[in-house]
Amino acid sequence: MRDWLNTALRRLPVWPFYWLGALPAAWYFWNGLQGRLGADPVKALEHEYGLIALQFLIAALCVTPLREIAGINLLRFRRMLGLMAFSYACLHLAVWLGLDRQFDWPRIVADLTKRPYIILGMAAFLMLVPLAWTSRDAALRRMGPVAWRRLHRLAYPATALAAIHFVWLVKAWPPEPLLYAAGVAALLGWRALRGRRRRARRPALG
Amino acid sequence: MHVREKPKFGESEITPKSAWLDRRSLMRGAAGLAAVGLLPATARRASAARYSTDAPPTAYEYVTTYNNFYEFGTGKSDPAKHAGQLTTSPWSVVIDGMVARPGTYALEDLVGPRTVEERIYRLRCVEGWSMVIPWLGVPLAGVLKRAEPAPGAKYVAFETLVRPAEMPGQSGIFQVLDWPYVEGLRLDEAMHPLTILATGLYGEPLPNQNGAPVRLVVPWKYGYKSIKSIVRITLTEKQPPTTWNIQNPREYGFYSNVNPEVDHPRWSQATERVIGGSLLSPQRDTEMFNGYAGEVAGLYAGMDLRKFH
Repeated sequence: MRDWLNTALRRLPVWPFYWLGALPAAWYFWNGLQGRLGADPVKALEHEYGLIALQFLIAALCVTPLREIAGINLLRFRRMLGLMAFSYACLHLAVWLGLDRQFDWPRIVADLTKRPYIILGMAAFLMLVPLAWTSRDAALRRMGPVAWRRLHRLAYPATALAAIHFVWLVKAWPPEPLLYAAGVAALLGWRALRGRRRRARRPALG
Repeated sequence: MHVREKPKFGESEITPKSAWLDRRSLMRGAAGLAAVGLLPATARRASAARYSTDAPPTAYEYVTTYNNFYEFGTGKSDPAKHAGQLTTSPWSVVIDGMVARPGTYALEDLVGPRTVEERIYRLRCVEGWSMVIPWLGVPLAGVLKRAEPAPGAKYVAFETLVRPAEMPGQSGIFQVLDWPYVEGLRLDEAMHPLTILATGLYGEPLPNQNGAPVRLVVPWKYGYKSIKSIVRITLTEKQPPTTWNIQNPREYGFYSNVNPEVDHPRWSQATERVIGGSLLSPQRDTEMFNGYAGEVAGLYAGMDLRKFH
């Protein structure tokens, strides 16, 4: 069953998923233009793009545990997941700048210096920029796998900050952002434990 | 805000449903504003009511489907989804504390259906959005006077129904607030003619998700002060605890007056998104006391509104 699944996954082309991933963006934007995003369309669009970005980040973080725990190999899809996350983060930021803050630069600067949840969100976005920049095979070859992998560990703090950004912007403690934060904490916790186990197995040097 | 001095009008003059349905369809059209001259006479008269704003009301659909009423869940659409099961009749309100005539009042005795008037008020949510809502209600002052507040009474405390069987947000593992939801006003704020107990909106009884059968409306304060589905009103000497202040005292003060100059610690309060707008609608500059400064600023003369936020 697992081998059959992995064989099928290997045969699946990746490129259609870029188009599939772009569909929700177009769908929500179109509905927004048609006045079908409800009472507060700017907030709805902004929230939706941000949430999808977080979901893609979490999906990308699931690739390694899925392979090591369940033996399902989605490695070929990870770049697509990361780039989709970055694209939705760009859309989220664009909606915030253009439709929410309406390019009111003094207010944007004030928000970016005074509001912790916005600073965190922006920090998460800035961490994703070099990852998207070095996403092509040529960049991996140029940097070498060790440096490339080290750089791409930025995905961990970026996802953590994105989850905190979500929790921090709501009133009180509603369940949805807390569940996302718990999921991110579990994925990062699993990695931390795995790293510790590996270091423990490694023989001591000198 | 423009406040026009006009005599009160009777129940028969309140905007009938046919009029606002008509108006909504007119307003939706591109020529909405041009069509105002064609409005039914009753609708025009209603918007001229004393204390009412002449800003165009938010669509009924949004007023009744975009709600914060955590007793039914934390999502904006949860109240409209889950509040239908709430039993609102019979309903009584306990008035107690420092009053000469404490007691349990049937809702009909408290808010005589024949005395309600229409008030078209701005509503500003602390989250940064706003609506304009045509309420039906009575001034709270009259209700309190009938209970005869004692000379030492300085504050009014309010309490929402606790009924987990019909209010799904009051049970389960994610309890975001302590129940009952409680709110409070200084007595002079409660006696102010702008402060009403509302029992309806858009010419109809209050939908459950809007706080049926009776709720407070204090238009110059952030929306969460306007407590819903009230079962108890208590006159006190000391400032009563209030729900959001308990939840986070740094972010939510007792007064909670709309104030564009005092930011929420996590976001600015200088502007507001007007509900019912499009993706490209400009935001509205939030006004001091939500546009009611002319009526209420005197209540706070000499107070540091940053400290008493």
